[in-house]
Amino acid sequence: MARCNTDKKGRRVVVVTGLGIVTSLGRGKDENWSKLTKGVSGVRSITRFPTDGLRTTIAGTVDCLDCTPYSAYALASAIAEATAEEAIHQAGLGGPGRFPGPLFIATPPSEFEWPLLRRLYAESPDPSKTGYKRMLAAARTGSYKSFQRELEFASIADRMQERFGTEGEPISLCTACASGATTIQMGAEAIRRGEADAALCVGTDATVHPEGLIRFSLLSALSTENERPEKASKPFSLKRDGFVIAEGGGAVVLESLESAQARGAEILGVVSGCGEKADEYHRTRSRPDGAAIIGALRKTFDDAGASPEDIDYINAHGTSTPENDKMEYISLKAVLGDRLAGVPISSNKSMVGHTLIAAGSVEAVFSLMTIQTGVIPPTINYDEPDPELPLDVVPNSAREAKVRTVLSNSFGFGGQNVCLILSAEPG
Amino acid sequence: MTRGREVWITGIGLLSSIGEGHSAHVRELLDPTAAAKVEEARFAPYAVHPLVAVDFGRQIPKKSDQRQMEGWQRIGVYAAGLALADAGLAGDAALLDVTNLVIAAGNGDRDCELDQRILEQIEAQPAPGAYLNQALMTGLRPTLYLGELSNLLAGNISIIHKATGSSRTFKGEEVSGVSAVENAWRRIGAGEGDLFLVGGALNAEREDLLLGYELGRYLWSHPFRSVWQRGDAGGGFVPGSAGAFLVLEAREHAERRGGKPYAEVAGVFTDRSRRGAGDVGATLTRLTRELAGPLGRGPVPVLSGASGVEPVTTEERAFLDGLARAGLVGAVRAFGTRLGHSVEAHFPLGVALAALALRERALFPPFDASGMEQPFEGEPERILVTGLGHWRGEGLALLERAN
Repeated sequence: MARCNTDKKGRRVVVVTGLGIVTSLGRGKDENWSKLTKGVSGVRSITRFPTDGLRTTIAGTVDCLDCTPYSAYALASAIAEATAEEAIHQAGLGGPGRFPGPLFIATPPSEFEWPLLRRLYAESPDPSKTGYKRMLAAARTGSYKSFQRELEFASIADRMQERFGTEGEPISLCTACASGATTIQMGAEAIRRGEADAALCVGTDATVHPEGLIRFSLLSALSTENERPEKASKPFSLKRDGFVIAEGGGAVVLESLESAQARGAEILGVVSGCGEKADEYHRTRSRPDGAAIIGALRKTFDDAGASPEDIDYINAHGTSTPENDKMEYISLKAVLGDRLAGVPISSNKSMVGHTLIAAGSVEAVFSLMTIQTGVIPPTINYDEPDPELPLDVVPNSAREAKVRTVLSNSFGFGGQNVCLILSAEPG
Repeated sequence: MTRGREVWITGIGLLSSIGEGHSAHVRELLDPTAAAKVEEARFAPYAVHPLVAVDFGRQIPKKSDQRQMEGWQRIGVYAAGLALADAGLAGDAALLDVTNLVIAAGNGDRDCELDQRILEQIEAQPAPGAYLNQALMTGLRPTLYLGELSNLLAGNISIIHKATGSSRTFKGEEVSGVSAVENAWRRIGAGEGDLFLVGGALNAEREDLLLGYELGRYLWSHPFRSVWQRGDAGGGFVPGSAGAFLVLEAREHAERRGGKPYAEVAGVFTDRSRRGAGDVGATLTRLTRELAGPLGRGPVPVLSGASGVEPVTTEERAFLDGLARAGLVGAVRAFGTRLGHSVEAHFPLGVALAALALRERALFPPFDASGMEQPFEGEPERILVTGLGHWRGEGLALLERAN
């Protein structure tokens, strides 16, 4: 039966036809979903580098891809490629190396890592110099050109464009821990505007290296429950003490409903609404009244033409920091009111950790799989509820439920707040 | 080219090596006797265009805020504040609440002194990994990461200036700046927003930034020359400290509130070639077709974002020569010669300068004496702005005098 190709606002309907995922739980949808719905944790003690002297020694690293020697660029690229390959394969769209739409990709910082700095310093042809002048002398030899790619912010997108043949200038973006959701928002906007019939939206992060860990540790953002890594991420619980840094990625193939129907593609879900609002309060904290998060939620409901009664499940940002989980509750309560008590809400981060830049992508993939399978993944480690956050967090065990509409939240440092409403196929 | 709603530039904020504010830039660039401000000794053999002396307190009143930002963020927040004030948005809570940020950014400054201390010690340690942990745990300033994070330029703009409609940060060197302008132009055109603050900032006076680009041998390391005259020595760019911000606004929105246009953004287009031989010219030719209508009306002056890096600078030159032979473009000015190459901020800077030239009804005199930049008499009605990445990405914008 033919369906209306435009939404309530007269815009083209944007659907999802492909999903791909890599997390600390493993590679691909099957392995991830099986473990996620069994409540398995991917958090473990770090073995990639010595952890002597660190306050936090655990992480959700991605160890399932062959990527040695490690660098954030190399592993983030490998994750992005693995997720996109899976998503495009599922969508069956385009041809080999020919994806018929633009790429929106959220990438981690492209920055110096210590192995490269040490090598430049040690191998410099001018050891009479000190500091960066000594390393610049090494750079002038031209022997390190291949490493420059690790410092170009355009690099991961470039590898993706070369491999998958996406169209036009890819957009690499950062809205901190909301980045993955922003890629989906931008893809949906491009399709709604009629600039594209399809878009490849990817988030990837792989920054578990000494400096990557320590800088969050110094901001007092990380859990220090090192003795029981699998218990460390405990969103919404009374004794939550920070997030667990993690790696991973998610890829979503978006398509206009018209395009998906024309080629008979299986429709996995609909991007019904997206909304964002920036906070002006503080670099790492939300306004105490939640105004910016509330603004993002309201804009998302408005964009989707939805009301709180429509929401069957909330995929929380749920980082397990005292601040985030409280602000998420306060803001949801303000927008959903009494309805909130009746809506299951769970945090995938209790199992996969916080994949930072990729979190919005990873959680969009899990949200869409929740719609497809009718199974809500749990919030594990919910052993001691925080009485100030009275929520149905789907504690510790997955739950079967008919889920047609999901709200997925993503909030980041720098006052970034992005929400998505993802729905089952219409009609 | 499909045109949606008209997009006006209603505010400009500039801070660079040649001055603060758009009036200072116009004055300096219109002066045929003025020269580039270049610092050649401090980072020798690399030159940079250092930031003009500026009291950041005028846009960032709290010292505590200044301390929590690194150099690139202070430059950007300052220039963003100038743009918001110029557009008449500063202090207007209702308008700032719906001002959408689209920022082009790289990474902020590392703590180079800490890096040096660690590098001097680490190889002599019995356990280098443990030493590194201890040195970073005790040496890194806790807030340094917030000074480095790409999206914290946008974050600081929201905190200091209260612009909070939405906030997106694009990365990817030069063409992230083109994509930022393009994204705002498309969203306004489609009615997805009325008011946008778009721009970027570069702190060129950083050894870690120089090292990042010199790994790829992208820097100019000879006595200073204009960007068109570096090819025979292998090319290279001279980084320039700069913050460049634009307020882009739907025409009807600006008219309703009494906002005045510098210029109209007629079109912005981007693509990315693999940079094989001839790719840049082919891509630019394809992008130019999107602008065929307005470009066809007589020779249009060009503000080129050429960096001096080869071979892309020579390929851009060949492309512009071809358009000139076809009668489509006229005089060319590579503003990087005067302001340095400001990477993510470079294209917003070029768009700002083009808008100012249109409002002044005068193109700037040549910045280069090699013959590439010919005199231009008369009043420009349209200006083409080019933005080519030193490694990847190609973009063009056409600005028109606003009616």
